[in-house]
Amino acid sequence: MKEAAASPIVAELRARIQRLEGGRAHGRTVLPFGIKEIDGRLPGGGLAFGALHEAAGGGNGAIDGAAAALFAAGIAARTRGKILWCVARQDLFAPALAQAGLAPDRVIYVEAGDEKSVLACFEEGLRHGGLGGVVAEVARLSMTASRRLQLAAESSGTIGFAVRRWRRQAEAAEFGQPTASVTRWRVTALPSAPLPVPGVGRARWRLELIRCRAGESADFEVEACDGKGRLHLPSDLAHGPDQKKAGRRRAVS
Amino acid sequence: MVLAADAAAQAAGLRVRMPVTKAQALVKGLVVMDADPAGDAEALERLALWALQRYAPIAAADLPDGIVMDVAGAAHLHSGEDAMAKGIVERIAAAGVAARAALADSWGAAHALARFAARPAIIIPPGGSAKAILELPIRALRLPKDIVDGLRVLGFESIGELAATPRAPLALRFGSELGRRLDQAFGRISEQIDPLRPPDLIEVRRAFAEPIGAAETIARYTGKLVVQLCQALEAKGLGARRLDLVFHRVDNRIEAIRIGTALPVRDVKRLTRMLCDKIETVDPAFGVEIMRLAASVAEPLEDKQTISSLTEEPEADVSALIDALANRVGEDRIYRFAPVASDVPERSVTRIAPLAPDTGEAWPDHWPRPSRLLPVPEPIDAMALLPDHPPVSFTWRGVRRRVKRADGPERVFGEWWKRDAELVAVRDYFQVEDEAGERFWIYRAGDGEDAATGSQRWFLHGVFG
Repeated sequence: MKEAAASPIVAELRARIQRLEGGRAHGRTVLPFGIKEIDGRLPGGGLAFGALHEAAGGGNGAIDGAAAALFAAGIAARTRGKILWCVARQDLFAPALAQAGLAPDRVIYVEAGDEKSVLACFEEGLRHGGLGGVVAEVARLSMTASRRLQLAAESSGTIGFAVRRWRRQAEAAEFGQPTASVTRWRVTALPSAPLPVPGVGRARWRLELIRCRAGESADFEVEACDGKGRLHLPSDLAHGPDQKKAGRRRAVS
Repeated sequence: MVLAADAAAQAAGLRVRMPVTKAQALVKGLVVMDADPAGDAEALERLALWALQRYAPIAAADLPDGIVMDVAGAAHLHSGEDAMAKGIVERIAAAGVAARAALADSWGAAHALARFAARPAIIIPPGGSAKAILELPIRALRLPKDIVDGLRVLGFESIGELAATPRAPLALRFGSELGRRLDQAFGRISEQIDPLRPPDLIEVRRAFAEPIGAAETIARYTGKLVVQLCQALEAKGLGARRLDLVFHRVDNRIEAIRIGTALPVRDVKRLTRMLCDKIETVDPAFGVEIMRLAASVAEPLEDKQTISSLTEEPEADVSALIDALANRVGEDRIYRFAPVASDVPERSVTRIAPLAPDTGEAWPDHWPRPSRLLPVPEPIDAMALLPDHPPVSFTWRGVRRRVKRADGPERVFGEWWKRDAELVAVRDYFQVEDEAGERFWIYRAGDGEDAATGSQRWFLHGVFG
C-alpha cells in the first residue's frame, strides 16, 4: 500500500498488530482483484485469505442476490480447489456461475434447508481447510455467528464469503448491523455498457466497499465478471471520477 | 384354500380363504402353487437384511408377511421419514412387489397401520399413534384367529371399541394375550425388535457393569469401540460405508445411531467424530447397559498412493467434510451440478454425487445465463410487438419496468421425444434490461405467430446478476 510505504512507522505498527492478531501463516495471504484502484484500497492489496467477507445486493438485489452471487463466484473462481456453496434453498443456475469462471466440477452445493444449518455447514466448511473457498447465502448474520465464522476461517486460511439476501426489502436494513467480517461489499446493477448496436452489453456493477477492516470504504464502478472471474474497470471511467476523488482525499489527509 | 390374492386376483373375484376348487371355477386356467411358508420366511429375512443395510440399524422379519424396522436415528440419511417411507415403497414396487409402509410410535401400531390404513405409505407424528389406530379393525391387532372370531361374535369391530371396554371381563374370557396386544399397539408396554444380524457382520460390543448415561462417558466408550472396529476392519481389508451404534438401555429398549460415508472409511478419528456428533440424539434414560457398534455395510478399502508428483500440490481430500455434512443435512442435499445436453434451461442441469469423478464438461457459452433461475416461471404482463420484438415494458410482482435494452430472441424448441405436448412447443427467450440496469430473463411461450406453438403469454424465468 502506498500510504504504508510512505511512513515506515505505521507499516511497522501494522505488522505488529497483525502478528498480535495471529493466523497469517498460510502461504498466500491475499487474493488481488487485479485492478489497481480496488486493490489499493484493501490492506495487503487484495481480499484476505483466512477471513470472512460479506456481499449483498443493492435495490432488488437484496432479495434475489443475483449480482452478489456472481461477485462471490468470480472471487471463488480465482482461488484453487473445491468450493463449497451453502444455501437454504437452491435457486442458483449453475451455467451462470460457469460463465463467471466457476467450473461446475469445482462447486459442491449443500442445500441445508434452514438458516441455522447453513451457518453450521458454512463453519464446518471453513474449518476443514482443504477447500478453495466457502460461500454461504444467509439473511441474518449476528455478531456472534460472524465472529465464529471469522475465527474458523482464520484457523484454516480458507476464504469465506457470506452472500446476504433477505426475503423482503425492509429486512435488508439489517446489513447496517455490525459483523466481524473483514470486508463488506454491496453490489448493485447499473445500466450495461452501451453498444453501438441494439442489444445488452456487458453488465456493470456499482461496487461499494462499505466496510473494510484497517482500510477505508470506497466505491467503484466495474464491469461484471468475465469468463475467468475477473472484474474490469470500464475503459471510459478508468481515469474518471473515482480516481480524482481518491486523489483529493489523499491531499486533505 | 386360497392364501393370498393380489389386486389382479381380487379383480377377478378371488378372495382369501376361498376353496381352490371355487377359485378354479371362477378363473379359467388358474395356476395353483403350493404355499411355502418356509420359503416366504426366508425371502422376508433376505428383504429384512436388505432393509438393514440400506435403511435402519435395527430390522427384522415380521412374520408372516412383513418386515419391521426401528428407524430412529437413521431417517436423516434419507432426507426425513416421509421421503424414506415413500422411497421404501417405491423401491419395492420397482422390484414388482406391492408394498405398504407405516411409521408409528410402536411396533403394534405400525403393524396395524401398514396393513389396514388406506394410504400405502403413512407417517404418524409422535404421540398420534393411539388416535390413528382407533378406527382400524381388530384383525390389525396380531391376535390369534379364534380370539378375533370370538370378539366379532360379541360385536366388536374396531380397536377403538375394544379399547373403551373394561379389560377384566375380556381378560377372563380371552386370556391375557388380548390385553398385551392392545397395550403393545398403544405403546404402553415395550416390545423389543430382535434385530436381524447377518452372520458375517463386523461387530464389536461392550457391556457395562454399571449403566452409563452421561454424554461424555458415551463418547469415550464410542471412541474405544471405534478403535476396536477399525482393527477388525483392517484385518479384513475393509472400510465402513454404514456404521450402526446401538444402545441397549436398562429399561429394555434400544436406541441407535446410524452414520453413512460416501467412500469406505477406516479412519478412527473421523468415524469417532461423526458418531459423537450424533450422540445428542440418543436418550439414555436410566442408563445404557450394552453398546454395540457394527459396520452394516463394509466395502474393500485399499491403501492408495496419494502424491503422484513432487512438484504438483495434491488436491485436498474433502470426503471427510462431505460425510460430515451429509450426516447433518442428508445425503441427497449435497451434490454437484453437471451439464445435460438439453436446450430447455431447467433440464440443462442435473445433480450428481459430490465426489463423482470430474466430468470436465460445461454448458455452451453462446448466450448469457441468469444467475438465479425461478423454480417456476412467473407470468408477467408484457407489451410487445409481434412476432419477434422484445417487450417495451412489463409488470412483474406488481412493479412495472420499462425495457431499455434487450437481446434476443433465443428460440428454444420443445423436446418432442420426451413428451407429446412439446411436439410443436416453442419458447422465445429475451434478455431485457430496465432503466435501473437490472437484467431479467423473460420468454414468450410460443413463436408469436402460430397459436399451436404456445399460449403467446410472457413469463419471467430468471434474474441476471
